[in-house]
This record gives sequence, C-alpha cells and structure tokens, in this order.
Amino acid sequence: MAVKVKEVERPISEVSYLRATVSGLALTLKHMFDPHKVTTQYPEQRWDLSPRWRGTHRMLTTEDGKAKCVACGLCPTVCPANCIKLVPGEDEDGNRYPLVFEIDEFRCIFCGYCQEVCPEEAIHVGRHYENAEYSRDRFVYDLARLTSQTHAVCEMWDPADPKGE
Amino acid sequence: MTHVALFALDATSQMDPTTGVFLIASVIKMIAIFTLVMVGVAYTTFAERRISAWIQDRHGPNRVGPLGLFQVLADGVKNLMKEETYPGDANLTLFILAPAIAFIPAMLTWAVIPFASPLPTPWGRIDMVVADLPVGFLFTLAISSIGVYGLALAGWSSNNKYALLGGLRASAQMISYEIAMGMSTVCVLLLSGNVHLTEIIKQQSTMGWNVFLLSIAFFLFLIAAFAETNRVPFDLPEAESELIAGYHTEYSAMKFSLFPISEYAGMITASAMLVTLFFGGWDIPFTQWDNTGDFTVLKTLLTFASFAVKVLFWVFFYIWIRWTLPRFRYDQLMSLGWKVMLPIALAYVTVIATLVLALDMAGLPRDWRFGGAMFAVNAVLVVLLFFVLDRGRIVSPAYSRLDKAAVARLRAVTAARAALTTGEGA
Repeated sequence: MAVKVKEVERPISEVSYLRATVSGLALTLKHMFDPHKVTTQYPEQRWDLSPRWRGTHRMLTTEDGKAKCVACGLCPTVCPANCIKLVPGEDEDGNRYPLVFEIDEFRCIFCGYCQEVCPEEAIHVGRHYENAEYSRDRFVYDLARLTSQTHAVCEMWDPADPKGE
Repeated sequence: MTHVALFALDATSQMDPTTGVFLIASVIKMIAIFTLVMVGVAYTTFAERRISAWIQDRHGPNRVGPLGLFQVLADGVKNLMKEETYPGDANLTLFILAPAIAFIPAMLTWAVIPFASPLPTPWGRIDMVVADLPVGFLFTLAISSIGVYGLALAGWSSNNKYALLGGLRASAQMISYEIAMGMSTVCVLLLSGNVHLTEIIKQQSTMGWNVFLLSIAFFLFLIAAFAETNRVPFDLPEAESELIAGYHTEYSAMKFSLFPISEYAGMITASAMLVTLFFGGWDIPFTQWDNTGDFTVLKTLLTFASFAVKVLFWVFFYIWIRWTLPRFRYDQLMSLGWKVMLPIALAYVTVIATLVLALDMAGLPRDWRFGGAMFAVNAVLVVLLFFVLDRGRIVSPAYSRLDKAAVARLRAVTAARAALTTGEGA
C-alpha cells in the first residue's frame, strides 16, 4: 500500500517561465518556416514500392493471350489461407487449363507462396496497393481479371542473393 | 487620387455629419465590420490549421481550392448539413440560447473599437468606429464578461457532468483573470486620463505606444486576454484530455460550430483591444503624418491597413502560442491568476500612479519626453520581471508547488488513511 514517491529536486532558482516561453516560441517559429515537411502528397507523390512488395495478384499470359496456368493444383494446395479456387479442365489435345481460377483477396494473406510454388511462373503477387472497390464481391478476382491486370509483379526472394543486390 | 485631394480641400468634409448621414453611415459600418470579422473568423480557423500544421512539419488542409483556401466553405457547408442532436433531459431553451449568448458579446465589442482615422466625405466627417462611445473602454469590459454566460449555460443546460465542469471552469477562470485584466488596464486609463478609446489612441500617438510606456501592464493584459478567450494555455473549459470537449460536449452541427466561431471572434476582438490599448490603435508608427492636419481618404485607408496588420499579428500570436505551450493544470491556472498576476498588477498600478504624479510634478510636458521617461522606468521593470522575478518561484504557474513540510504532512495523512482502510496499521 505504501507507495514510494521519488522526490525530484528541481533547480527552482534557475527555472524561468517567461524566458522559456520565448525560447519555445522561437523553436516553433523555426519549424513553421522549415520547408522540410514530411507528408507525402499522396495522389501526386507516391511511395517507391520495394521490388519484393507483395500485393494483389496477377496471372501472366502466353503470347496468344491465354493464361500460363496448367491447373496443376500446387497453388491451392500450398495456400495457407485457402483463398484460391481452382477447377482444372482439359482440352482435346490433353493440355490442362484452369476452368475456374478465383482468388479471394480478402482471405489472401499475401505470403507469396503461390508465386513461389508455381512451376509455370503463371500466378504472381503484384507490386500494387490501390485496391478499393465499391462492393465486397468485387474482391474475388476471377481469371479474366487476373490476366487483364498489368501492374508490375513481385520479384521473389532469391536465396542466392538474400539482400537483393 | 484627384478625388482624394478634392475631399481634403472641401471644408464640409471635415464637419460633423447630419443625423441622417450618421444613421446611414452607422448601418454601413455595422455591415462592413460584421462581414470583415466573420470572414476574418473563417480564415482564422483556416490559418490555425495551416499554421499548426507548419509548426508540426506538416502541410495542413491544402486540397480544397488553391492552397486550400476554400476549406472554410467546405467546413461551413458540412456544419450546416450535419444532423443536430439534443441530449435527453437537456434544458432546451438554454441549450439553444447558449451558443448565441457566447457569440454575440464577442462581436459587440467591435462596436466601440476605432479601426481607422475618420473618413472625410462630401456629407461630413465619418468616424471610423461603429459607435464612438465616450465610455468605450468600460463598455468592452462589461460586454466581454457576458460571453462566459454562454459557456456556463451551455455546460449547465447540457445535462452532462463534463459539460457542467467545463462551464464552471470557464466562469471561475473568467472571474479570476478579469480582475488582473481590469487592473492592468487601470494603468492605461491613468496615462490617458480617459476611458474613450479614441482619446486613448490620441494619447498614444503623442506620447508613444503604451506597450513601451506600460510594458508590464501589456504582459498582464496579454496573458489575461488569453485566459478570457479560453485559448491554450488556458483552455481548461474544454480540456479534451479531462473533459471530452468541456462545455460543448453535447453540441453538434452549427450550434457546435458557433462555439469555435465565438472563440475565434473573441480572439480577434481581444487582439483589436490589445492593439487599441497598447499598440496605438490605427496609429502608423514612426510618423506624425497620420495624426496631424486634415483627414483624407488616403489616411483612412493607410491607418486601416496599419490597424489590420497589427490585429492580424496578434491573431497569429494567439495561434503561435497555442502550438507552443501546453495546457496548465487547474491549480496552476488559479495560482497564476490570483497569486502572481493580481499582486503584480496591483504593484504596477501603484508604481505607474506614482510615476505619472512624479513626472507631472517635475513639469514634463505630456509628449515624447513624458513617454521617454516612462519607457526608461519600464525597461528597468521588464528586466526585473524577466531576469530577477522570473526564477521559478514568482512568475511561474508552478508557483503552487507545495513546500516540503506540507508534502510530508500530506503523506502522513494519506498513510494514516490507507492504514485505516486496509487494516495494515491495526
């Protein structure tokens, strides 16, 4: 119960109020005219993203505009958030392709395992962050949307070059 | 500028106007002053936000219009469109009346403040003051203290304990600092021998500005003006960290907006009073040209510019202080008002009264020589205040710090009580 209070001896004879106020005013005035303002003026100025930034996904395509995905099923298997829905299909030549490929960006934790595991370098996480939508269902990205996006994609961490030099 | 010369040569332009002209001119002046002060208030809120941002190394609101200048319009529209809420069991009559009571006195003071030298017109000379009251100064003292009714009533009618505390703080603070403010202005009245604001300005144009002749009174008035307008460091009535938003906790939309508007209007009014009492009103420094000879349109414009610049500087100073000093603790506020400012003000009144009497007996004419002698004495007093008295004990608001014996006694009492409640001592 007995709380010990530390007693602080203040140098009362040296403490001033008026002069300290004046020096405080000088300091704030100096900051007022300091041209170095730290705010990023967002729509005009943008922050440089890291090359390893992991944002919303993008599906790369072959030259004829088809998704590179071969519906191997590795990415839905590795996905820790279980956000990838893949229904594989097969054409008459026996080539596998995704009938349905959907990523729920709300469930996604942007770990980038899908990109890491993909044998065809088809699915990628992107260097992109402006994802606002007007409705929740717009956040489930289907194959058409994933292939049509054009933003830069993430450069995955390279064990041979751990610091990205 | 030919018409300026014409007016100056016209003998009737220096005469008193007829009643009809007087009435029309008064209405025009009222509208002009009201508009100017309201626009001033709007842009003071904007200036506050921009300047606070700059002081904190930010940009502030710079999106609406060029440099963010239309932000005030956006704010106004927002406040008008918002939903009004009324607290349950509030005294609705007073709840609705309170913002108006807070707002009106802040504007009323402007009625007696001279803002430029008289304007000559073909219909006679128009005084550049809405109402040239002979008791102008007493009027401002009376009116400015009515504003606290708005705050106290807002707090009381809200049926909210925080609002009530804010209202009570506002009234206690107002009473404490009004005394110091009144005492500090007694010196001004001693020097001018008049409560007519136009006469006070005339006295300063011959003797020198009161800020040099009555420096300590100026400091006291400045601090008291901060307290009277409830600005940081004296914004205890709305201390966010303790009272949510103080007296206007329960207010919303335009009724809430009226409180900041009245605060800013009060700021501008206090700055205008400060300028009138201590900075020569519309007097242009370093020249006698504006005070002597016939009045001209050019003189009116220039003296108005001089007045505006001075007022704007003090409005800026209000903002500047707000973003420099932290808020006082409540006991510090009270001890500064009663134990520091009041004794200093009383001592200063005595010193100034003695000095004026002594200088008059020495036969000094009431012009720059009188001012010079006053200035010399005041320079000594300011040095005394800043470098001898200001040592943590006398000027500081932390003066209320308890001495060691009192602290030991308080601790003993607390320990005894704790022992009783916990049974440790039994």
